[in-house]
Amino acid sequence: MSGLGNITKKEIRELLTPATFVPIILVALIFATMGNSIQGIQEQSQTPPTIGVINEDNSTFGAIASTILHDHAKVIYNSTSSSDKQVALETLKEKNGVALIIIPQNFTERIRHEQPGNIEVYWIMKGAGLMDTLSSSMFESLIVYINTNISKELIQENTSIHNASFVLSPTKRSETTYFKNREFQGLSPSTISGMLSSQTMLIPIVMMMIIIMAGSIVITSMALEKENKTLETLLTLPVKRTSIVTGKIVAAAIIGLLLAIIYMIGMQFYFSGFQFSGGVNFAAYGLVITSMDFIWIGVSLFITLIAGLSLCMLMGTFAKNYKSAQTLTFPITMLAMIPMFITMFADFDTLPLALKIFTFAIPFSHPMMAPRALLFHDYTLVIGGIVYVAIFAMVTISIVVWVFKTDRLLIGTTKFKWMKKIIRRRF
Amino acid sequence: MPAVEVKNLVKKYGSIDAVKGISFSIDAGEIFGLIGPNGAGKTTALRVLSTLLSINGGSVTILGYDLSKQAGEIRKLISYLPEDAGAYKNLSGRAYLQFIANFFDPKEVAAMVQKGIEITDLGARIDDRVDTYSKGMMRRLLVGRALMTNPKLAILDEPTSGLDVINAQEIRKLIKTTAQKGTTVLLSSHNMLEVEYLCDRIALISDGKIVEEGKPKALMEKYKARNIEEVFIRTVHE
Repeated sequence: MSGLGNITKKEIRELLTPATFVPIILVALIFATMGNSIQGIQEQSQTPPTIGVINEDNSTFGAIASTILHDHAKVIYNSTSSSDKQVALETLKEKNGVALIIIPQNFTERIRHEQPGNIEVYWIMKGAGLMDTLSSSMFESLIVYINTNISKELIQENTSIHNASFVLSPTKRSETTYFKNREFQGLSPSTISGMLSSQTMLIPIVMMMIIIMAGSIVITSMALEKENKTLETLLTLPVKRTSIVTGKIVAAAIIGLLLAIIYMIGMQFYFSGFQFSGGVNFAAYGLVITSMDFIWIGVSLFITLIAGLSLCMLMGTFAKNYKSAQTLTFPITMLAMIPMFITMFADFDTLPLALKIFTFAIPFSHPMMAPRALLFHDYTLVIGGIVYVAIFAMVTISIVVWVFKTDRLLIGTTKFKWMKKIIRRRF
Repeated sequence: MPAVEVKNLVKKYGSIDAVKGISFSIDAGEIFGLIGPNGAGKTTALRVLSTLLSINGGSVTILGYDLSKQAGEIRKLISYLPEDAGAYKNLSGRAYLQFIANFFDPKEVAAMVQKGIEITDLGARIDDRVDTYSKGMMRRLLVGRALMTNPKLAILDEPTSGLDVINAQEIRKLIKTTAQKGTTVLLSSHNMLEVEYLCDRIALISDGKIVEEGKPKALMEKYKARNIEEVFIRTVHE
């Protein structure tokens, strides 16, 4: 066998281990699950928006608007009287509608008198994620299209209107959004979504960074105990296994929190440059995170950090050395990144059931979802999350302590023998 | 009552029988050597007695405590020095000794650390980081760590491994002195001269079984051997 072949064969034998493949297989499975669920949301958003139309204006421009809406959207409620507004809204809420459009009686007349024709839009917002606002974004482009067509009509008619700016923009919009049983006058779903994102994005990013950094500390610490041959001595000292496990977790949590504070200071400055409020005071809508809410967020963050680190500790017991520790950090990183992206792109309430269960099951999701949930006083999700994560942490710590009490920590597992046999046979 | 009593100890790693029903006892203050070829089961037996591994059969009593049920109590009284042990590389030698001493009686921590520093005999290097130590210095630090806590039972796996002749001799004297002060010592070694010099009694272990046991002189007489090495070869290979 040539030198190259010999080296290649030896390297493959060393690299072809369960520690290399299991994390990647897990990540592949997670991505496959996420892809399927997100595909469902995308398909939903590509279908024409479901709307209701109340057109009180049967003149030229009212007809243009109505025709465009009927041609490009799925109109499930149609009326000519604004007194049907409540019925229309109820129907749309029931049938998953996006918005109700009211074209008032004087729409054409106002435009003819060089006054912007008002289009009343009542948005029904389901979630605050980027994917949730896709249908409303699509519908917003329809309103722009209506404006353009009325402009064309004005130019073709060669009217006596000489104000070019008005001809190019003959309509205006008055918007009201209904979201989580609240009414937001003058705000569109994309504005609300933007504001919520700017207020709640910091925690998911910080949470992800703490878990990645502190988790890596714990896994590496276990790996180094084995690699530096200090673990055996530690396990024969008069100290409880629970104390060893808890000590390592608490130390990593303290370091993780310190890193998080440094990180948060930097991120706070970064976000302050981008924050978009649209000149709207959130407090006016009752959307304020109170000091009590901050305590809930703190509790959620702390419990999740402990749960995350105990999970890392469990992973760390599998680490044989520093190299394998790096591989084992990967699934934890992915578990922290997945809820960050999910909370960024979609709202927990609007997720498909499978993805909802998956998101809830990941402990790191909870502090990421907590700020938005608390803004809307959804304490069930926050407290439920804290209870779930606390149970998760207790179970994981118990498993770690059990592993510490068994021979497994020192002599490794005897499982995967079948894989080792196959590798030996083939190479 | 013996300090250590092992009866029909069995330890398996999956389907492999590492220790196949060994029995021996060690009196208080005695230095007992477990001698055998590589893979005979010496280290496994020492790891079991150090409370690191569970047993699959038999019983072990250490200083009156049952190993299977009272491992926590045993850990307060023993000290284990693994063959290939290491120390925390980011700590200085002194900080490492302090870290270990902190697990014991707070009133004795300072005295323990002082004793550890004397045993290691590293001079000013005791305040240097462990990762700057040579192999011999590291071993002295670890021996110091193992003996500074005044254990009732010291379990030493190849205590002079990696040490030069002079350092090895110092450590042997130290082990002897420690035993004279009342500490029971269980050790394993490949060095037959060391075994002959140190041990009051020895057990020869081969393929997970004890094949011979007794005082070194008595065994040499029994096998008409000039030294323990010959006894070892005859019992293991003949």
